[in-house]
Amino acid sequence: MSHAIGTTGTSYLDAPHGLASWLLTKDHKRIAMLYLISITIFFAVGAMFAATIRAELATPQGDLLDSDMYNKIFTLHGVVMIFFFLIPSIPAVLGNFLLPIMCGTKDLAFPRINLLSWYIFIAGAIITLAAVFNGGVDTGWTFYTPYSSIASESSVTVAALGVFVTGFSSILTGLNFIVTVHRMRAPGLTWFRLPLFVWAIYATSLVMILGTPVVAITVLLVAAERALHLGFFDPTRGGDPVLFQHLFWFYSHPAVYIMILPAMGVMSELVAAVSRKQVFGYSFVAFSSLAIAVLGFLVWGHHLFVSSQSIYAGLVFSIITMLVAVPSAVKTFNWTATMYKGSVTWESPTYWVVGFMGLFTIGGLTGLFLATMGLDIHLTDTYFVVAHFHYIMVGGAIMGYLGGMHFWWPKMTGRLYSEAGAKASAILVFVGFNLTFFPQFLLGYMGMPRRYHAYPPEWQVLNVLSSAGASVLAIGYLLPAFYLTYSLIKGAKAPANPWGAKGLEWTIPSPPPTFNFEDDVVVDEPAYNYKPAREVHVG
Amino acid sequence: MDMLYLFIAAISAFFVVLVAALVVIFAVKFRRRHAEDVGADIHGSLVLELTWTFIPFAIAMVMFVWGADLFFRLGRPPADAMDVFVVGKQWMWKVQHPSGVREINEMHVPVGRPIRITLGSEDVLHDYFIPAMRVKMDAVPGKLTTLWFTATTPGTYHLFCAEYCGTKHSGMIGQVIVMPPQAYEAWIAANQPSINLVEAGQRLFEHGQQCSACHKEDGSGRGPSLAGLFGSTVQLADGRTAVADENYLRESIVNPSAKIARGFSSPSIMPTYQGSMSEERLIELVAYLKTLRPSRSE
Repeated sequence: MSHAIGTTGTSYLDAPHGLASWLLTKDHKRIAMLYLISITIFFAVGAMFAATIRAELATPQGDLLDSDMYNKIFTLHGVVMIFFFLIPSIPAVLGNFLLPIMCGTKDLAFPRINLLSWYIFIAGAIITLAAVFNGGVDTGWTFYTPYSSIASESSVTVAALGVFVTGFSSILTGLNFIVTVHRMRAPGLTWFRLPLFVWAIYATSLVMILGTPVVAITVLLVAAERALHLGFFDPTRGGDPVLFQHLFWFYSHPAVYIMILPAMGVMSELVAAVSRKQVFGYSFVAFSSLAIAVLGFLVWGHHLFVSSQSIYAGLVFSIITMLVAVPSAVKTFNWTATMYKGSVTWESPTYWVVGFMGLFTIGGLTGLFLATMGLDIHLTDTYFVVAHFHYIMVGGAIMGYLGGMHFWWPKMTGRLYSEAGAKASAILVFVGFNLTFFPQFLLGYMGMPRRYHAYPPEWQVLNVLSSAGASVLAIGYLLPAFYLTYSLIKGAKAPANPWGAKGLEWTIPSPPPTFNFEDDVVVDEPAYNYKPAREVHVG
Repeated sequence: MDMLYLFIAAISAFFVVLVAALVVIFAVKFRRRHAEDVGADIHGSLVLELTWTFIPFAIAMVMFVWGADLFFRLGRPPADAMDVFVVGKQWMWKVQHPSGVREINEMHVPVGRPIRITLGSEDVLHDYFIPAMRVKMDAVPGKLTTLWFTATTPGTYHLFCAEYCGTKHSGMIGQVIVMPPQAYEAWIAANQPSINLVEAGQRLFEHGQQCSACHKEDGSGRGPSLAGLFGSTVQLADGRTAVADENYLRESIVNPSAKIARGFSSPSIMPTYQGSMSEERLIELVAYLKTLRPSRSE
């Protein structure tokens, strides 16, 4: 495909060059790339903290780090991974890149606000990093009061401001996505013809704009309390330390769905594409995204079963938490059924799909242990919780993110990568992940509390297994950095539709031109309209 | 409780194996034979969808009811439970027995008897966690929380702080030493201090803090009589009522204006003991107040 320079046919990567053209771009695809570069750096930073934690825990004595340093490192691991990697990863990179294309439009509704979101994100990250260089933060990523508000002598205020600022990036991105889906869909692209990835990003955006302001206000209250001694959370001034937990989890439980819903959206796309088949029960999958988003707001109290919350409040939170399992189970069964009588390819995206299904199912089912009130008493604040949320947020969300990256990489960069490398990476991540986190379920059941930098010696074997698994996992994560970077230099040029998949993004060149579509788009068929070959000949 | 673990673990294992098996079987059996092949044109099945919506729902509800029942039983200590008082502070557990015996980071208890722990915190959130007893409860500054368990086998068990509380969080550990009843009695006797918890509280009430100057038993003092108060329903000055439990007694000492009994001036003329009385002194006072029965003359 050849086009004269300057026409819409020029790819977004080749159109104006130079640093300024990138840093001032209003093109959603370039902004997606800015996010991709920044969150990859944050992921590497968060992963190095994780590696340090696992190295420390290889022996029962706290001999690598002193307890203060250990506390700061696990706090930073949590803050960086959650606020600067997991939450923005799929929405800000894949969402930014794909949502306008999937909606058949040239850009998001507010391209300038989209660029502003990235700058706010970077500003938040810089402020948070300032807290690191200012001595670190030792509160845990949850910032529980009154420890964070009156006891901790670390840079809590700076870190809280960093999180506060970053929140605006989420809110603006969510707003941009919602307006785009409502107002800018191509003619004929009805709600029920939208790709399920768009449904998932839409549901995620609702959670972002409704939940993020609450956490922003909450961390601001902590900062204000530290600076002005206002006493919202300080019982000696009439405040309530548990109030913070309600406010914090009102956002932070839904935040888990900000991480996993987009991954579910990616999976719906990948399952359909690798099976060349309509997603089984399209509307159930679409509505289950909304159901998870809505129910997700009503379950925060299951973090507070042993916090002195009333047992009747616990009852309500427990039953609603159980309900969230239902749409999640529906999605899992629907993905499985999609493969039934499909035409399943064994190219690299399939490996990530299978890996996701395994990890997400384990992560989801172990959530039931924690939602069950009687069991949660024993398991909460132990390694069982650590294992559970890593299966969901790291197993589920990262498998989704990496799966999506491998699926759309040819579209985003115009290059094909090493299939063998990708399959090896998927297998190493899956094996390494299970080796790292499965032993932690057992440790938690035995009673090992989380956030311990030293532990009784009888738990060393399981901890060593976990640390060994983390090394395998690290190799699995590092591989793509090499073969994907290599593909940019030496990779074969990607065709417009390397997977033979359905969807508007596969109808335009790889990489796409700046304005995505040369002509106005009109959609006249449902999503994933793979017809059996016979019918094509008949038609 | 462990039965419920096994139940959920079995259900989970079943579904993990089911989903994994189906994914792998479908992916292999229906693998793409020719580059241009597409899948069968199946859009869904309402019956199947409803089935796998309802089955997870039903299973989840069984878990919920079972777990909630367990939770309620764990939330209600038996009436004959033996009281032990525990205060968490950065970074130690301070234990007081009703007999007045005190320990730090150790807790001796007799086997076979329900133990009811009343938990306070002097600074930040802590969490009292004995994995072997399957119990855990936050120690929340500003209030008292409770948990209970019955130890079935003598031995020494881990005691952890499970709520992150700062630098030495992982060092805030101890031991629960479960002893046969006779050995426990002997241990208490060997460590018996001169006064027990209630006597210590009485000494504070009558001499240390001079509470008895205002709170006279016959109600003639400047403050209300406290005889028979514990467990009763108090009519408050603002028209509400409050049950005089341990948290009410504690709150009325540290913040007397919070809930003023009907007939007394607002704000309270009683000085606040916020910050000037440690959680241990508060526990002694509360332990004493709980023993004040109505006088025979009433």
